[in-house]
Amino acid sequence: MLDGKLAVVTGASRGIGRAIATSLAEAGARVIGTATSEKGANAIGEALGDRGRGAVLDVSSKESIEAFLADLKEEGAPVILVNNAAVTRDNLMMRMKDDEWDQVIETNLSGIFRLSKALLRGMMKAKEGRIVNVGSVVGFTGNPGQVNYCAAKAGVVGFSKAMAREVGSRNITVNTVAPGFIETDMTRGLPEAQREVMLNDVALGRLGQPEDIAGAVRFLVSPDAAYVTGETIHVNGGLHMD
Amino acid sequence: MSSIEERVKKIVVEQLGVKEEEVKSEASFVDDLGADSLDTVELVMALEEEFECEIPDEEAEKITTVQQAIDYINEHLSDS
Repeated sequence: MLDGKLAVVTGASRGIGRAIATSLAEAGARVIGTATSEKGANAIGEALGDRGRGAVLDVSSKESIEAFLADLKEEGAPVILVNNAAVTRDNLMMRMKDDEWDQVIETNLSGIFRLSKALLRGMMKAKEGRIVNVGSVVGFTGNPGQVNYCAAKAGVVGFSKAMAREVGSRNITVNTVAPGFIETDMTRGLPEAQREVMLNDVALGRLGQPEDIAGAVRFLVSPDAAYVTGETIHVNGGLHMD
Repeated sequence: MSSIEERVKKIVVEQLGVKEEEVKSEASFVDDLGADSLDTVELVMALEEEFECEIPDEEAEKITTVQQAIDYINEHLSDS
């Protein structure tokens, strides 16, 4: 389905990113999965085997993106980009430090801008491109303790729509997948009480799995989704219905 | 080796998908050759690649006709 296509998946060492990287590789793409650490990159390499490799990338750093591009050069231009890398720095608004705000915006929103811009040139030339940004249900519903994360994730949706309009004429689509409550290291860090409250509102009555998100991403980068752009696919088990 | 003028015109033909005879020196990318704003950005990117140079945004904005592109490249290359 994705034979011969070069894909980049950020934040691929664990959780949702890892499931996406594996899923795209299974669909035939050659996948470059990124992590911020050497260790993470090695783990990705092992998971992907001969269908891809790991690479070190910190999307909040311009220098790191430049080094990543130089590293990519020999492999050609990626036509699939999944912006999944994200961090949380949760705190109540009253206590949130500038740092906590900045770090989340830098990685979760500015990082998407930077990497998408960096890879856009190759996609424009190829007259082909699929960008999928991983948003979050909390970008739509809000969540106490996460003004930074919610703002960044809501920003991703607006970014995707604007970019979709700009580059649509070049056969490049830009979409968002908004996961709900997915079983990952990130959500395992939540207090038990909060997990239960959230789960009560999930129509399907269970946590999502990273593979549930990977399925939606795989659809959006496949030929089946050729006419879908600027759209958000909610994958949240009915936690929130738009 | 073809001249700078020929190379510039060839890029314009390829990028904008227009006929060679339409690419007159005084032709404006937007008004005469039907380029949109994204086309002009791509055109500058293609020129940068062909001539291995970097055209700053404020200079790129001033390149609106075929002749201006040729002039810019001529000037720029003689500098280096």
